[in-house]
Amino acid sequence: MNKKIVRMEETHPLTWRMRDDKKTVWIEEYSNKNGYSAFKKALHQITPKDAINLVKESGLKGRGGAGFSTGLKWSLMPEKINNKEHRYLLCNADEMEPGTYKDRLLIEQLPHQLIEGILLSAFAIQATRGYIFLRGEYIKGEYVLKKSIQEAINSGYIGLNILNSGFNFDLFLHTGAGRYICGEETALINSLEGRRANPRFKPPFPATFGLWGKPTCVNNVETLSNVPSIILNGSNWYKNLSKSSDTGTKLMGFSGKVNNPGVWELPFGITAREILEDYALGMRSGLSLKAWQPGGAGTDFLTPKHLDLSMDFTTISKAGSRLGTALAMAVDNEINMVSLVYNIEKFFARESCGLCTPCRDGLPWVVKILRSLKNKDGQSNDIKILEQLCISLSPGKTFCAHAPGAIEPLQSAIKYFRSEFEDGISINKTNLNKNITGIQSNKFNLKF
Amino acid sequence: MSTKFVLSSFEINEIENQKKHYESYRAIAIEALKIVQKQRGWVSNQAIVEISKILNISASDVESIATFYSQIYRQPVGRNIIRYCDSVVCYLTGYQKIKKVLEKHLSIQTGHTTIDKRFTLLPICCLGNCDHSPTIMINEDLHSKLTPESVLNLLESYK
Repeated sequence: MNKKIVRMEETHPLTWRMRDDKKTVWIEEYSNKNGYSAFKKALHQITPKDAINLVKESGLKGRGGAGFSTGLKWSLMPEKINNKEHRYLLCNADEMEPGTYKDRLLIEQLPHQLIEGILLSAFAIQATRGYIFLRGEYIKGEYVLKKSIQEAINSGYIGLNILNSGFNFDLFLHTGAGRYICGEETALINSLEGRRANPRFKPPFPATFGLWGKPTCVNNVETLSNVPSIILNGSNWYKNLSKSSDTGTKLMGFSGKVNNPGVWELPFGITAREILEDYALGMRSGLSLKAWQPGGAGTDFLTPKHLDLSMDFTTISKAGSRLGTALAMAVDNEINMVSLVYNIEKFFARESCGLCTPCRDGLPWVVKILRSLKNKDGQSNDIKILEQLCISLSPGKTFCAHAPGAIEPLQSAIKYFRSEFEDGISINKTNLNKNITGIQSNKFNLKF
Repeated sequence: MSTKFVLSSFEINEIENQKKHYESYRAIAIEALKIVQKQRGWVSNQAIVEISKILNISASDVESIATFYSQIYRQPVGRNIIRYCDSVVCYLTGYQKIKKVLEKHLSIQTGHTTIDKRFTLLPICCLGNCDHSPTIMINEDLHSKLTPESVLNLLESYK
């Protein structure tokens, strides 16, 4: 059954203003659709502290993948203001997670909703400068945002003493030059400063020591796009949109060999099966679902038996995966899991920033083993080495979440599809080191 | 004797214009590399030195940035850059066939440039176009739902 979504202001805060022809909603149309009214309300009717509390009460969680409370993140910014120094709001628009295509939609079609969200967030944390860090490959997004920022400046929403409120804020567009790691919070800050995008050690956290050492808050595009409706309609309204303990709506979707791949604004608590069957219209003819990733390449695989789980941070986490970006990907029965994981790990190895050894050396090692298994040339202890590498690259063992994210699909693929890994082991090959107590040499050349 | 390398006044102006957006000039480094590359196709050693002078940071600093980011080319490239998405959804929907047909038709491997300098072929991370995969980008244009046949027809429009 094909369920058609009727986007309404009351139920679809993120997408109700979108046009059916998918063209950009520029400032005039956005204003006619109640745009910037939340910002005007905030400037004259509520205090920054109220705005933080409202977002905290709404339960809004970061939509970049980690799901940290947005209001709490804002409240970590120091309250004391040094009027001589900037404090920064950074919009993370470096969408590069394989399988994720949600921020592009919001940037290209509703840029002013994002800008209004940035302005409201900046007002709440008393930021005076903001940057939208956009990945360099989003060419249309760059054009749309440049034009929209200028429109907002011309309308008096960006600049000095905005709408006679005493609030000052400048917003700039900054485009990247390629590298997945730029999406990591502190790596993004380094990249913005004109350095290699290596993550920074925490603490200190960006809230106290971020861009150029100043208080800085980094929020995702979808997170910021949620803020205007929360400010306008209140936290209870926002909570009631959801069917689960996670509040509000979320851009969710399914890609892969499904009949109608796409992205839709749906309430938390909807099941993956509903998305797959009612919106993505099931697997293509002749294919069946073998596995799925809930939210991007860095999330653990789940199986068809998990399809009835509620799509929210808590439930998916309990099932052994992560909601991530909630843009799910369907793996069909014709796909070999070792080959698929090889593709994913090659990506993570290529995109490791190289700063810390476990990630820099561990991921290429994973790739080499997977390549040999894919070629049916694996050795008897290869799966054991992969499992050991999963531990060596797990959370807390590396500088940032790149490697822990990378091993999530690997560990879950071994868990659910171990026989396919065993099929890759050549009967003619045996490991020299049966116990795997130290570093083993690799006989394969690494080529990407 | 080779002529001295100088940045054009346009390039210098474009770089200088960026300075007012940031607290530190170092932040312009990536944008400066992109500005120069847009004019010249790639970033030479001499360009690195000239950019470092404008930003008042060392040339090796600029070099370290130039070699980190995948969109900065440190050797000459073709007139048209083909970047095929090799991420997981395009894998599921068959980017390998697209890659194979491109490599065969252009007689080059990924990372190389055709003899006539018309095309350079590179892989790229997920282009955020998964619901229309497989997908590639040629220069600044995104192309969706490709087949081995359609991708070859597409090349005809890039001279």
